[in-house]
Amino acid sequence: MKTPLLEVSDLNVVYKTYEGTVAAVNGIDFSLSPGETLGLVGESGAGKTTTALSIMGLIPSPPGIIRSGRINFSGRDLLSLPEKEMKKIRGNRVSMIFQDPMTSLNPVVTVGVQISEALVAHQHLSEAQAEKKAMEMLEKVQIPGQRFKEYPHEFSGGMRQRVVIAMALACNPALIIADEPTTALDVTIQAQVLELMRNLKEEFSTAMIMITHDLGVVGEVCDHVAVMYAGKIVETGTLEQIFGNSLHPYTTGLFRCIPDIEEETSRINPIEGLMPDPLDLPGGCPFHPRCPKCMDVCRTTVPAVLDENGHRVMCHLYGTGGGTHA
Amino acid sequence: MPDLIQVQNLVKYFPVAAGNVHAVDDVSFSIKEGETLGLVGESGCGKSTTGRLLIRLIETTSGRILYRGKDIASIDKKAIHSMRKEMQIIFQDPFSSLDPRKSIGETIGKPLEIFGIGSKSEREEMVDALMEKVGLSPRLFYKYPHELDGGRRQRVGIARALSLSPNFIVCDEPVSALDVSIQAQILNLLQELQDTMKLTYLFVSHDLSVVKHISNRIAVMYLGKIVESSPSLELFRNTLHPYSQALLAAVPIPKLNRKRERFILSGGVPSPINPPSGCRFHTRCPWKMDICPVEEPPLEDRGGGHFVACHKVK
Repeated sequence: MKTPLLEVSDLNVVYKTYEGTVAAVNGIDFSLSPGETLGLVGESGAGKTTTALSIMGLIPSPPGIIRSGRINFSGRDLLSLPEKEMKKIRGNRVSMIFQDPMTSLNPVVTVGVQISEALVAHQHLSEAQAEKKAMEMLEKVQIPGQRFKEYPHEFSGGMRQRVVIAMALACNPALIIADEPTTALDVTIQAQVLELMRNLKEEFSTAMIMITHDLGVVGEVCDHVAVMYAGKIVETGTLEQIFGNSLHPYTTGLFRCIPDIEEETSRINPIEGLMPDPLDLPGGCPFHPRCPKCMDVCRTTVPAVLDENGHRVMCHLYGTGGGTHA
Repeated sequence: MPDLIQVQNLVKYFPVAAGNVHAVDDVSFSIKEGETLGLVGESGCGKSTTGRLLIRLIETTSGRILYRGKDIASIDKKAIHSMRKEMQIIFQDPFSSLDPRKSIGETIGKPLEIFGIGSKSEREEMVDALMEKVGLSPRLFYKYPHELDGGRRQRVGIARALSLSPNFIVCDEPVSALDVSIQAQILNLLQELQDTMKLTYLFVSHDLSVVKHISNRIAVMYLGKIVESSPSLELFRNTLHPYSQALLAAVPIPKLNRKRERFILSGGVPSPINPPSGCRFHTRCPWKMDICPVEEPPLEDRGGGHFVACHKVK
């Protein structure tokens, strides 16, 4: 067992709004080893992005409040660091790739300067050195270095996202958080960007958290998976464990409601019902109102997490509570 | 089954400062009654424009659109109005396609009102029936779009499209804005409605798995052209055009141990203002030959209704 690079434990994040308190992340635990890629999967409102922003120290406050938890990164608890220390980590040791490459780039600053910025701030390079390094980074993401002086609008969507990747990698961070990095891209461009991310991840041996709603993307780049629902991680394990033998009814449901491109199916099996209201989460297991295998205990008691060889599932069907144990 | 729609040499250019955007450029296809034709391609390939042209939300530059043999590309405004009873559209974004200041009941009943069908109370009954049909609780009648989630809003859009009992519906990316679990619910609903109401769909989408699931036939578009069209299963079993192959290979599949051939296209889609000469795909094609930039390959039947436009595929 390698020492984890990142260890998140019992993280609770809420947003205080006029309508009430939104429970966005409700006590999640996970860890990440150096060089590992974790896919954080779930539908809108599952708490994926809130988890990412907590690690980055970017939860907007107000309305966001981190109620409890520890985020241990390279032996330091990020949640207790003062902003001044956090600034030294953000963009340097941990960086982030956002979904929409148009809004995450500054439209009035050349891409070269945007990439150099982190290098000047964190690695104290001179402007000339930073410029040279920025050109190298552009080449790494397969953009000709001489396009250094161009503005974001002069690039296509796929290229803009590559510029963002170059920025994120510039300081050779230990961890990159990619929040739906290919969702805004067309499939053929998505394939290019995923291939690039896979290669760069190996070259720089960077650990990565890949946030996505697309299980296909997870299958392409991740080696570990955590499935989130209503602010909880309901199941987590290696790619083989989750894709080969998913246990939680929500995970199974997610796989079944994607139309299969390789097989013939007449109807798909959707997960009935809707995501619960985060202002008023159901008691017991948060998935129970939509669960086809719901039992009485599910309505009242939050299930414990069962851990078997690192495959962890939070469901009353498994573990001491009885039920079928696969 | 006879053809409900026949599209012949459809062209749509949008004039811009730099010239003409060749959005749809000489496209021909037909849709049989009761069938679903899937139109698939990436952003800017002209698939949504084609859908909008078919129900005349926008005017054609040239070409013919035959609905039950009658050319609707050239009929006057009044005739379009009555045609709308038979042809409807479901839009991608269930937020911007609903009037935020109209209640759900008003929105669904509006087409009935426009066509003067029934009295006010009769219309309300019809709206109730429509809401039930698409799985909306009648208590939502007086709610407003902002009070509904995306899946329910999309159901409102579907109920509105069904209100006049149309024969033909253009579904323009109807599930793209929805979460996967909700997407599956809406796809099943569209299929059920097709069976019970004998509907014909043009299903526009960028998502190959969704298109494959719902379509009887599929047409693949690239830069304003159809490059391949075939019965749905055949297209996946025997993909002929290199662009279709690349599109298929690019779809990430949520399965383990997939030994897939990496077929990743280089570059991006060229500008539709100055589309490449000859075959429009030649700038990205891994099989490019000398003839490709010179001569445009015709869309030809390679047997069993499998059409492909490629010089290499013989």
